[in-house]
Amino acid sequence: MNAALHLAATFVLCVAVAGPLARARWVWRAPRTGILLWQMLGLSWALSAVGLLLALGLAPHDAPIPVALGRWADDAVRGDVTPLALLVVLGLLSALDLVIGLLWTWGSVLRVRRRHRDVLALVARRDEAAPGAFVLDHPNVVAYCVPGARSAVVLSSGALTALTRDQVDAVLGHEHAHGRERHDLVLLPFSALCSVLPKVRLARSVARAVALLVEMRADESASLRHGAQPLASALRRFGSARPPEGALGAADVAVAARLVRLAGLPPLPAALRCSALVGGLVLVGIPLSFLVR
Amino acid sequence: MDVLWDRGEPVAVRDVVRALADRDLAYTTVMTVLNRLAKKGFVRREAGEGRAWYYAPVASREQYVARLMLDALSLTGDRETALAHFAQSMTAPEAEALSQALDER
Repeated sequence: MNAALHLAATFVLCVAVAGPLARARWVWRAPRTGILLWQMLGLSWALSAVGLLLALGLAPHDAPIPVALGRWADDAVRGDVTPLALLVVLGLLSALDLVIGLLWTWGSVLRVRRRHRDVLALVARRDEAAPGAFVLDHPNVVAYCVPGARSAVVLSSGALTALTRDQVDAVLGHEHAHGRERHDLVLLPFSALCSVLPKVRLARSVARAVALLVEMRADESASLRHGAQPLASALRRFGSARPPEGALGAADVAVAARLVRLAGLPPLPAALRCSALVGGLVLVGIPLSFLVR
Repeated sequence: MDVLWDRGEPVAVRDVVRALADRDLAYTTVMTVLNRLAKKGFVRREAGEGRAWYYAPVASREQYVARLMLDALSLTGDRETALAHFAQSMTAPEAEALSQALDER
C-alpha cells in the first residue's frame, strides 16, 4: 500500500504543479531549463499514473511491482483472476494507450512532412538573399521549418520583401535552431498527450506552454548570433501582417510574451536553474523507484 | 516539372528531353524522373499517339504553393505539429478562403 500512496501523491503533485508552471513567467528566463522541467514532469505524471493503477491492482501480492506483476501474470494464466486484476489490466492498457498515441501522432506528422518536402522540392527555389533556405513565391509573410533528420527552412518571397537583411538572418537563425535542436521531438509527446486526452483543458494549456518555451529557446539561440533587436522587429513585422481589430488569439499572446523576453528579461541565476532541475529529477525518481526494482 | 508547367498540355518524354537539351540529360533519366513523379501523384500519365506516354501536371505550380502555404499556416492538428513556424501571419478567414480556392478547382 506504501507504493500506491507514494504514486498517488506524485500523480497529484504533477497535476497540481502543471497549472501554475504553465502560467509561470520565471521559466521564460531559462527556456531550456523550462523545457527539461516539463519533460520530467510529463514523464513522472505518466509513470505515476500507470504505476498507481498497477500498485492498487497488485496490492494483494504484497511485493514490489515488478515481482508482483510476474506473479499476477502466472495467476492470470492459471485462470485465477480477482476483481482487482481489472485495475492491473487498466494500468497496462493506459500505458499502451500512451505509447500508441505517441506512435500515431509521430506517424501522421511524418506523413504530412514527407508530402510537404516532396512538394517543396518541386516548387521552391534557392535565393542568395536567404542562404540555406527554400524560397516560396507567395505574397504572404511566412517563415517556417520542416524538421527532420535533414531539416528544411522555408521563407516566402513576401517575407523577403517585408524584412530587412538583418531581420531575415535573425528569422533564419530562429528556424535553424528549431531544426538543429529537434524541437519537434520536444513537442511530440505533448501533442500526443492532447490527442490521447482531447477533452482535458490542462493538457492543451501544458502543450501551449511547452510550445511557447520552444519558441523562446529558438529566439534565444537566434539572438545570440544575430542580436535580439532584429529578431524583435521581425516578430513585430510578422504580427502586423494581421488586421489589428478582433480578439487576441493564443498566437498573439505568445508573440507578446516573446517580445517581452527579447526586450531584456535577465537570465535565471544558475542556482535556481539547478534546483528546478533537481526538483524535476526527484519527481521522476519517485515513480521510477517503485516501477524498477 | 517546369517544362510540364510551361507547356500547359500533355508532353511526351522526348519533348521534355528536347526542352532540357542544354542540361544534356539521357532519355532514360528523364523517363525515370517522370515515372517517379507520376508514382508520387504529381503528374498524370496518359497514352498518346504510337507507343509514347504523355505526361501532364496534376495541379498548377500556384496550386502547389497554395497547398504548402495552407500547410504552413494551418492551425489545426498534425500540420501544426509537423512544422515549426516563426509566427502566424494569416487570419483564420484568410486560411479558409485559401482552402476554398483549392477545393473549387
